[in-house]
Amino acid sequence: MGSNGIRDRVAIVGMGCTAFGEHWGRSVANMLVESTNAAAQSAGIDLPDIDAFWLGTQGSGVSGLTLSRTLRIADKPVTRVENFCATGSEALRQACYAVASGAYDVAMAVGVEKLKDSGYSGLVGTAVPDDGTVGMNDMTAPAAFSLLAPAYAERYGVDQDQLKDVLARIAWKNHVNGARNERAQFRKEVPIERIKAAPPVAGMLGVFDCSGVSDGSAAAIVVRAEDAHRYTDKPIFVKALSFVAGAATGTSDPDYDFTTFPEVVASAQDAYRQAGVTDPRTQIAMAEVHDCFTPTELVLMEDLGFSERGQAWKDVQAGAFDLNGELPVNPDGGLKAFGHPIGASGLRMMFEAWLQLRGEAPAERRIDSLAEGRRLALTHNLGGAPGECVSFVSLVGAEPGA
Amino acid sequence: MGGLIAYGAYVPHRRLRRAEIAAVLGGPAAPGTRAVAGHDEDSTSLGVEAGRTALRGLPQGHAPRRLFFASSAPAYTDKTNATAVHAALRLDRSAPAADMCGAIRSGLDAVTAAVDSPVPALAVLSDLRGGLPGGADERDGGDAAAALLFSGSGDEASTAPVIAELLGQGWATAEFLDRWRPQGDISSRIWEERFGEQAYVPLAEAAFAQALKKADLTPDAVDHLIVAGAHGRAVRAAAARTGVPREAWADDLTRAIGNPGTAQFGVVLCDVLDRAGAGETIAVLLLADGASSLVFRTTEALGERRSSPAVAEQIAGGDDSLPYATFLTWRGLLDREPPRRPDPEPPYAPPMYRSTDWKYAFVAGRCASCGTRHLPPADVCRACRHTGEMEPEPMADVPATIATFTVDHLAYSLSPPVISAVVDFDGGGRLRCELTDTDPGAVRIGDRVEMSFRRTQTARGVHNYFWKARPARRVPGQG
Repeated sequence: MGSNGIRDRVAIVGMGCTAFGEHWGRSVANMLVESTNAAAQSAGIDLPDIDAFWLGTQGSGVSGLTLSRTLRIADKPVTRVENFCATGSEALRQACYAVASGAYDVAMAVGVEKLKDSGYSGLVGTAVPDDGTVGMNDMTAPAAFSLLAPAYAERYGVDQDQLKDVLARIAWKNHVNGARNERAQFRKEVPIERIKAAPPVAGMLGVFDCSGVSDGSAAAIVVRAEDAHRYTDKPIFVKALSFVAGAATGTSDPDYDFTTFPEVVASAQDAYRQAGVTDPRTQIAMAEVHDCFTPTELVLMEDLGFSERGQAWKDVQAGAFDLNGELPVNPDGGLKAFGHPIGASGLRMMFEAWLQLRGEAPAERRIDSLAEGRRLALTHNLGGAPGECVSFVSLVGAEPGA
Repeated sequence: MGGLIAYGAYVPHRRLRRAEIAAVLGGPAAPGTRAVAGHDEDSTSLGVEAGRTALRGLPQGHAPRRLFFASSAPAYTDKTNATAVHAALRLDRSAPAADMCGAIRSGLDAVTAAVDSPVPALAVLSDLRGGLPGGADERDGGDAAAALLFSGSGDEASTAPVIAELLGQGWATAEFLDRWRPQGDISSRIWEERFGEQAYVPLAEAAFAQALKKADLTPDAVDHLIVAGAHGRAVRAAAARTGVPREAWADDLTRAIGNPGTAQFGVVLCDVLDRAGAGETIAVLLLADGASSLVFRTTEALGERRSSPAVAEQIAGGDDSLPYATFLTWRGLLDREPPRRPDPEPPYAPPMYRSTDWKYAFVAGRCASCGTRHLPPADVCRACRHTGEMEPEPMADVPATIATFTVDHLAYSLSPPVISAVVDFDGGGRLRCELTDTDPGAVRIGDRVEMSFRRTQTARGVHNYFWKARPARRVPGQG
């Protein structure tokens, strides 16, 4: 038994990503058509040439028909995938394994979500009939994630004002990056003082500590690594895919202290093992991480091994994760600047890795770390809440064997 | 002969200063405060809290085997409310649970039914009283509950020590129109005050005389006189006609908590029992659609079985900062713009049916193999992965500590913001739950909390009952 990974056995040879935003005038079908056709075009194939599809969406459609009906694809397997906020990454993971197994030659992973049709800001959950005692339903997402902030401050002796500065800097950095991205929902830089003065949402979190709410879609085409160059000159190779669902004990076990996501630690270690990464802070060129709320990104820096325990707040303040920093985090602007259309986010993260590793990111947000010899990009996608979550970590690189 | 073996009252945490009403609506400012049920409380939840206080520390084997629930403000009609109280107090399935709801005098009828029961019987009296804004009933009403456990008499009576014997009862029933409320109305109507007074006083005299005669007592032998009823003028006149010396008249608590209708005489009786010595006589006289009287004598056992927290402690611990607009909102009299969020989902009947012990009685699970506590009970132990049904682990009276918390401005509530906390229980176990009876600025990590039965929300006409944590109030070491 073991998680062996499929290092360098499959490659991504085409990707597409819509602009993310409040697409009042565009439907789920419109966005699926755009993202899948853009991906096919970049791989130089037609959609009917694809052998199997995985569609990630949390609530913008059910069954494979949501995609096959839209694209008028006949007689192909289409699987609809849902795994909380990691849905898009989960679709990619399934497509990669299907190709690695030899079952299919060409697979597509596509994620889509339309949050803005509900009429509400924020995510609208799908209700499972319950007995009215399930605490999860009583707590909003910002409230659940806001629990990280006082716990982190308490454990590491960071005072509230310092922590507020750190969290504001994370939001500021992601908005700086998003301002340089034509696909982002929010394309303006936001001054630190404005971030700190925003109306409260939950605990220490203000409006600017929360990711936006948007619509969007992204897609990737996966083939066997040895076939990759038939489709593109610059494929990116999958080095690791790890996904874990926690035992959800943090909300019932007093030993959990809300300063970490154990599920993230487990999935990161698994991914690093698959890819042969021993020192993520120095080996990884960039990371797209699940910055649903600013304290999440702070804690992730430690859980992913980018910072020592209790040190991430200092690394954030020192600019280590800035666009021109040692290890750029969320160079595309992250959930903060893109919003979080659930099914699409994981693939949107991968799209940034695709652009950066291929040298296609526009000059104003191109990262320097690749030039310094770092070769790997990481994407991290999280679903659930502190204490009970699912976590996905991938590593990709432009060169096989690297 | 049997008698009272346990008692307890519940006064909700919030108070409305009567001057606050005048400050908003104009008019003369009345003195004092009235007790106000939280936005997450109703007559069922208040009754559960009073019942818990009464039964806490009761020796094994003396649990009530009948339950009578009285209120003029039942949460449901058609559906029995006493069954939720029964579930929350974890009474045996064989114990009947009956509603005696509607009339203000139902409280006394519930006590009489409990007194007459052959088996130990609990009377739970619970009420929320009010009326339209600016009215006397809003100002002088109150919200509170009381629970009185009687031993039963006969072969199946409880053998627990009696703390107050019932010496006599008197009744004077009459049909006349003094106070009434058509079904569905939120405010009561009353006939001319002088008519009610003249109708009530002779009835009160007759009932009181009958009870004293049965008890073989004269009025000057009464140590504590409790006269209750919604007709203030008649109550005062009737008290004067009892012949009981004025210094023996018990404070009816109206100034501090208002008149909680069905529960009024019960709460005042609890307050008297909190202070009374052994061998003292307590006479209750209720003016409600006739008059009824009960005469008790306390025993030596009372000193050992006083309830905690005492009524006076609950009154002293109240928070009187409630704004009138918030009071009106909680009562549904000020229609506020709802948040831009999806409507809350109601709980579903079959899942509730499957988890009655957890949902109503807060019974968690203990792993049958390694003893780890689980809130709620789970199929598989998180510590040892043992699979199978867990042992029941009652948690309602286990104190806890706030591990972390947050103030949620987004969550749907009649009283935002919601304070959510992760609480760790003494002896193990953790729960993520809502904090109540406090304010966002007052909460700190490490604060001690205790659990309280609440109506968390109402969606599509379904009241959702569950437990919340509130700042620790009960005296450490008791319960």
